[in-house]
Amino acid sequence: MNKQRIIVIGNGMVGYKFCEKLIDQDPDRQFAITVFGEEPRPAYDRVNLSKYFAGSTVDDLTMATREWYADHDIELFTGERVEIIDVDNKEIESVTGRRMGYDKLVIATGSSAFVPPIPGVDKKGVFVYRTIEDLDQIIEHGRKVKTAAVVGGGLLGLEAAKALLDLNLKTNVIEYNPRLMPRQVDQAGSDVLQQKIEELGISVLLQKRTDAVLGNGSVEGVAFADGSQLDVEMIVVSAGIRPRDEIARKNNIAVGERGGILVDSHLQTSAPDVYAIGECVVFNNMVYGLIAPGYQMADVVVDNLLGGDKEFQGADMSTKLKLLGVDVGSFGDPFAEGDHIDAVSIRNTVKQTYKKIVVDRETNCLIGGILVGDTSDYGTLLQYTQNQMSLPECLEHLVTPPASGAASSATELPDTASICTCENVTKRQIIDAFEDGQTTVDQIKSCTKAGTGCGGCVPLVTDILNAQIKKSGGEVKTALCACFDHSRVELAERMRTEKVKTYWEALGRFGHGGGCEICKPAVASILASYQNDFILNHQNIQDTNDQFLANIQKNGSYSVVPRVPGGEIRPEQLIAIGQVAKDFDLYTKITGGQRIDLFGARVEQLPLIWQRLRDVGLESGHAYAKSLRTVKSCVGSTWCRFGVQDSVGLAIRIENRYKGLRSPHKLKSAVSGCSRECAEAQSKDFGVIATEKGYNLYVCGNGGMKPRHADLFAEDLDEETLIKYIDRFLMYYIRTADRLTRTSKWLEKFEGGIERLRAIVIDDALGICEELEREMQHQVDTYVCEWSRVLDDPAMRRRFAPFVNSDESDPNIHFQPERGQKKPLVTASSTEVHV
Amino acid sequence: MSQWIKACGIDDIQPNAGGCVKIGEHQIAIFNENRETWYAVQNMCPHKQQFVLSRGLIGKQGDIPKVACPLHKNTFSLQTGEHLGGNCAYHLRTYPIRVVDQEIQICLQDESPSSSATQTTQCETQHAQ
Repeated sequence: MNKQRIIVIGNGMVGYKFCEKLIDQDPDRQFAITVFGEEPRPAYDRVNLSKYFAGSTVDDLTMATREWYADHDIELFTGERVEIIDVDNKEIESVTGRRMGYDKLVIATGSSAFVPPIPGVDKKGVFVYRTIEDLDQIIEHGRKVKTAAVVGGGLLGLEAAKALLDLNLKTNVIEYNPRLMPRQVDQAGSDVLQQKIEELGISVLLQKRTDAVLGNGSVEGVAFADGSQLDVEMIVVSAGIRPRDEIARKNNIAVGERGGILVDSHLQTSAPDVYAIGECVVFNNMVYGLIAPGYQMADVVVDNLLGGDKEFQGADMSTKLKLLGVDVGSFGDPFAEGDHIDAVSIRNTVKQTYKKIVVDRETNCLIGGILVGDTSDYGTLLQYTQNQMSLPECLEHLVTPPASGAASSATELPDTASICTCENVTKRQIIDAFEDGQTTVDQIKSCTKAGTGCGGCVPLVTDILNAQIKKSGGEVKTALCACFDHSRVELAERMRTEKVKTYWEALGRFGHGGGCEICKPAVASILASYQNDFILNHQNIQDTNDQFLANIQKNGSYSVVPRVPGGEIRPEQLIAIGQVAKDFDLYTKITGGQRIDLFGARVEQLPLIWQRLRDVGLESGHAYAKSLRTVKSCVGSTWCRFGVQDSVGLAIRIENRYKGLRSPHKLKSAVSGCSRECAEAQSKDFGVIATEKGYNLYVCGNGGMKPRHADLFAEDLDEETLIKYIDRFLMYYIRTADRLTRTSKWLEKFEGGIERLRAIVIDDALGICEELEREMQHQVDTYVCEWSRVLDDPAMRRRFAPFVNSDESDPNIHFQPERGQKKPLVTASSTEVHV
Repeated sequence: MSQWIKACGIDDIQPNAGGCVKIGEHQIAIFNENRETWYAVQNMCPHKQQFVLSRGLIGKQGDIPKVACPLHKNTFSLQTGEHLGGNCAYHLRTYPIRVVDQEIQICLQDESPSSSATQTTQCETQHAQ
């Protein structure tokens, strides 16, 4: 059987890769292969051409030796350009007159450097940067001069600049655009790149259009459009590439309007049995000037020749490379813009790195991004882009790895991510532990030590474990804890409908075992949300903060936050707070929620402090509880010349209405008196912004760990409707949110999203609104200040003591001075006290 | 030599909760289940060396009675003092405890006053039933 003959025109990287792939995939050798190359030597690595200046030899750069071609029966003619393709007779003729028939022809002639028609560009000392011959000439000329410039600050231009720098020339890079690598990076990325390049001694001139090359015979400088000049003795032009399509033009094979051999998705040209691949090709109006798409094209043609039906779909222009020692990555479409396109970027001026990601909010997918200075995340981010993986909730974790415990989107983290920073445990170690049969969080903790330090990473460890369980086909338990098989939502529903009154009743009826530190506070919260009896009637199931109605601090002391509704406070209350702080030596700080926090109180001082605060009408601020914190306000129409409603008055009304309401997590709110939004209502669980006609209600915003802008829920409401909607919204959240889930996270997991929530809360789609309002009214009607209850109950007051057998103060709590106040002293002096 | 010392009265500690007694320079956390079963461990959490364990929530991990530190929720066996997260660097000292005529008594081992709060020496634990 006669073999079919394939002729390959062009022996560059793509032409070579085609041969390599064909040999690999055609072990029976159906084809005889002949290759013609214009250059005098076999294909070499043009991508790493700059290494030639840094000491690499032609042999180092050669893709494969002549022996390799011979060993695989590939006929190779170098230095022999093909001039004629006779498509009718299926024959070619080379520049030497050699004629040869083909069954299939593959054109891989690549591209040449584009030299713009600048006056004087033909002077001696102007070079392009494309072939080893070009490089030899650059080296030759570079020995005689001291200064050089590259015209073009793109990818290849910077490669050329590296070459000139290696020749010890004073090097300039001239770019017409306002930034370097304009096709790959944005301005901020370019700024970082420029800074790093300039540190190497290269001068970067941006927004400079080169109008003329100056000099008498040989180069002496360049003139710019703005009238300025630069004196240089040598120029390398790197203004882009042009497809080498002349062989097609001469032989009536179709080319694109702006050059390039036209191909279809099988990479067939207009001539039968003639294919074209690599940079000489135009596909869908696109010339692919990168190596990876060229290799993909080679692969498609090999597949088609061997009977396959692969198609070239266009290629990703993502690229990662090291330019002048600087890592640069660009993937997907980093310049996408549009209504639902968001970009997150971070620039580290110390490390000189820049990262940007571009996200489509509608599809929740990564569209593209830019990395300068550090491309270690390139692989991960490229995966997101290419596989349309849905993104973690917290986008900034894609640009900065989360601190331990800060992320919940565990599945998206790379295996190398450090999950527990206390014990230095990576995600991989947790997955390994799971695969070794550790299937509960406790087992994982025990096996890997993750979560056994500060415990902040336990939610993350749980997420990773659950993801692994799901992956392996198992069912993730939504059980509250080992004592209850119900989720928090299921348990709340049963406790609500069956009017459960105590923890032990709940445990007896719905749970098993002896209770634990997870279900006790969770049940306590549910009881409070529906029964609203005194918190300390259930003291032994409350977390320490709710046991002592104060916030425990790192050294076992507590902090006290009186409620300041709407941030409005009378001078005598301020004075009283100041006097209390002075008398009890408390550290004072203004909180983010327009309140005053008093730190460093000993447990036995708490009732004494509250006695004094109550005397001036101050109430518990519930800073210690999963409950309403503050309703922040701006000064509103009463004083502000822009205000359109009384934001302070409304904030006070809202804060007093919902104070003490126990919920799955803390609740924050704010009221702004006009659209300037000084109270930052859109970062709150529920926020109100005054309008000329009434109030706009926003819900499910969050600052803190995972910032989220609140959604506009309803517009131009009157005050009563506003309160009604908030009543319903809050009670519905309490009914359906998982334990320790803020409203923002709750909404993200909420089926049907904000639309469904509107239908339930506004349109009463579930027919529960009356019930929700009733439940809230019960809460409002039964509110009492917890501290006031304690002060009036001597038995309760006695519980605020460090020791049950002594009236002493705890001798192990120590403070030291700082900036005129005190701070906890947590040093050896407290660790060396013995039991 | 060991000696039983009065810690406090039964009523001084809330049911199913804890309280701290100070005996000399010792801080000991005492816990109970329904005021029937009693436990005594060091009050200092070995994680951050703060004297807070008596204010932690108690519960059960399987059959093991445990306390969760209020600061960072590390859990410890009330029977053995073992860290239930498996970090053996954290181990609580446990003390024999008994109830005599409504009085809770703790047995302090004869020991040098300088012995560390975090030492892992096992101490025989008794349960006053």
